[in-house]
Amino acid sequence: MPTIPVPDLAPATEFTLPTCDERTLPNGLTILAIRRPSVPLVEVRLRVPFAHADVAESAVLSQTLLSGTADKTIVEIAAELQSVGGAISVGVDADRLLMAGNSLVGGLPKMLSTLSEVLHGATYPEDQVESERDRLVDRLNVARQQAAHQVQVALMKRVFPGHPYAIQSPEPEEVASVVADQVRRLHAGRLHPAGATLVIVGDLPTEQALDAGQAALADWNGTAAGELVEPVPALQTGPLLLVDRPDSVQSSIRMALTALPRTHADNAAQQLANLIFGGYFSSRLVANIREDKGYTYSPRSSIDHALAGSSIIIAADVATEVTGPALWETWYELGRMVATRVTDEELEQARRYALGTLRLGTATQSGLASLASSFAGLGLRIDWLLEHANRLSKVTVDDIARVSAEILAPAKAVTVVLGEASQVRGPLETLTPVTL
Amino acid sequence: MTTPEQVDIRGTDFPVEQYRLPNGLRVVLSPDRGVPVVGVAVVYDIGIRLEPPGRTGFAHLFEHLMFQGSANVAKLEHMSYVQGSGGTLNGSTHLDYTDYYEMLPSNALERALFLEADRMRGPAITAENLANQIDVVKEEIRVNVLNRPYGGFPWLKLPPVMFDTFPNAHDGYGSFEDLEAATVADAQSFFDTYYAAGNAVLSVAGDFDVAQAVALIDRHFGNVAARSAPAHPGIGEPDLTGERRSSYVDPRAPLPAVAVAWRVPDPVADLTGYLAYVVLAELLTDGDASRLVERLIQKDRTATALSAYLGFMGEPFAVRDPTAIVMQAHLPVGTDVDKVLATIDEELNRVAHDGLAPGELDRVKARIALHMLREDDSVINRVLRLATAETIHGDAGMARDLPRRMGAVTEEQIIAAAAALTPNRRAVIEVIAEGAS
Repeated sequence: MPTIPVPDLAPATEFTLPTCDERTLPNGLTILAIRRPSVPLVEVRLRVPFAHADVAESAVLSQTLLSGTADKTIVEIAAELQSVGGAISVGVDADRLLMAGNSLVGGLPKMLSTLSEVLHGATYPEDQVESERDRLVDRLNVARQQAAHQVQVALMKRVFPGHPYAIQSPEPEEVASVVADQVRRLHAGRLHPAGATLVIVGDLPTEQALDAGQAALADWNGTAAGELVEPVPALQTGPLLLVDRPDSVQSSIRMALTALPRTHADNAAQQLANLIFGGYFSSRLVANIREDKGYTYSPRSSIDHALAGSSIIIAADVATEVTGPALWETWYELGRMVATRVTDEELEQARRYALGTLRLGTATQSGLASLASSFAGLGLRIDWLLEHANRLSKVTVDDIARVSAEILAPAKAVTVVLGEASQVRGPLETLTPVTL
Repeated sequence: MTTPEQVDIRGTDFPVEQYRLPNGLRVVLSPDRGVPVVGVAVVYDIGIRLEPPGRTGFAHLFEHLMFQGSANVAKLEHMSYVQGSGGTLNGSTHLDYTDYYEMLPSNALERALFLEADRMRGPAITAENLANQIDVVKEEIRVNVLNRPYGGFPWLKLPPVMFDTFPNAHDGYGSFEDLEAATVADAQSFFDTYYAAGNAVLSVAGDFDVAQAVALIDRHFGNVAARSAPAHPGIGEPDLTGERRSSYVDPRAPLPAVAVAWRVPDPVADLTGYLAYVVLAELLTDGDASRLVERLIQKDRTATALSAYLGFMGEPFAVRDPTAIVMQAHLPVGTDVDKVLATIDEELNRVAHDGLAPGELDRVKARIALHMLREDDSVINRVLRLATAETIHGDAGMARDLPRRMGAVTEEQIIAAAAALTPNRRAVIEVIAEGAS
């Protein structure tokens, strides 16, 4: 067979982003609008600061915010939205409440008026609260049986003791006792425009989107200042935490490290160091424990820039019998990042990947809307990505070495393993101190 | 009920060009200069249903081998060339096809074409790669099926209840025994039979110039050996004439669950008849205003989660006959499954006898239009829809025509579809929950 050379890349085109226009209303709500005319649809994200809200009450609120007003039932609200191709979902975490919706572009006024109606007048009917609360309990009981959920719960408790991030999902028993009045009080106290951001992305001029947002939400009331979460505590290293899951056929390995914040001068270098270590398929961790040793299906390392602190989370679900070796190889790859230098080729490849994914992530209406909304939570706008691209293009091998020493040293990692303790405890104890 | 608001439902009109290379490879091009990215997909007309008896899971295992390198690409280089160009990639194995795809900045188009052509000429099938990927696939099955509640429910659990023949009934993820028995010779023979240029479709969508793409495709795929598609053996089975039911114990499942399926018209030969069921599924379970959500979740509280969809793997327009409409529900602890099935029957009867509420069909269609347009906004979804439409329906243009076809479904068709979903034609699988905490 003839040797065929790998084709070179054509010259890269300039990375550009659509304009993001904004308007802040007297009530404190900021509206951001981006025009992307690819398909005749519109995406909406309303983000409200929601720190320190009770986890169980918040969960019930998010499931019942659209379940009734003084003059509409849950079915009427949903049917009206559906008539413009629309739907709205509500999610909540330790930082914010997020209402996310989409519709045919002509349905934007209807979607926004629905947002306004429930923000002003959600009634949380007793029967709906009761039924959604029971469903939530059922879902949480299902989640409790899932290894990924169990290990996440254990990891967050271990990494963020005493901080709101320690408990991100309520216990079923706590949800079961929530009543409609508690949810109504939470809504009245916390769902206000101060610090909130409405993002509108779609096939319409930004002025028109801003006007529509203003028309619907200018009279959104209230003065409560949006609360923010205090910074996360410093990571406390210690023995490996082993969580028993009887009859588990795999061990879920998780490691956490402290990362630099998104706005840190070394953030671009940090992103590339994480990619080279385990942040994409073409990384050292995947080459080692998947493609060479076959220990796992999808090992990965990701940087989580939460509002109150940034972390690197490493994850691998491995066969029970290779739990020890898989942990050892992961430590080895962390150590190699710190003790030796990456190659120019590894850096260039990670850099091109990071630059390319900026384009891919902003190439849909929904991608742009979600990005603009989460950036707004950090006080940033999407044009920050243009500066970030510029910083990515300047990272050197020396920068990677410096930042790796800071963030990837194995001695700084906290490790949690969930699995069949009777089988994995011995092998793990031969490597490191273990606490059950 | 409020009167639905009328909104303009516009379709997309992205261009679609189709042609065939002398070696048999079909090509679909859909330029769109509005995004700085390009999507490339190669779909092979081979899926789970045609894998050899005694080799369950082989189509999927082979998909993994396609990422292990080829004549001019060393192990791990396929991924590093794509990702090192700023792109993302994946592949997936379905009942009737296997897809491989990349989405990249548009300056990397030629590199993606080279990579797909190189593995179309033949992946690096070695004993070492095979043994490694058998281990990886076993971990994939452990994480997705064996180590979690409801693993494989209902896509692996319901087909053996509904069907009798190996192609339709067997476990597509594969038994560990069959996976471990796979040999290099099996893989080579599978490649020789099914990974022929004549059995494949190449699709490119996004930011490219058509004339330039045609030249690049000729350069890289023109010398792939001409091999024709194998004759499809036929996988038809007769409809059920009596209800079939089965159940199994899931030691980790905290809630009982049930899935029920009925055969539907041939999605290729009778697309019009089939689309009525696509709309019906949406009408029954999409959102708080849908029939079954209102009844089972809000009113009776006999279900805690439910959905209805076409095809066991949820690819309504990329599956051949025989296929099904599937409804699945998780139930509160202690709920009687028969009661839930009887309520579903009652609601189907209500559609069949009383028809639809004013505006109901229009609002359901508006939401379906949104789903389709939203998929089209993503270059990778668009390139895959075009390639699978060409593979399964023999016409990529069908993907573009779907919104119009869906919009033409009538109330009479929905009524007829609901009336056909009778208990004597259904297959039911029940999960007995033993993971209650």
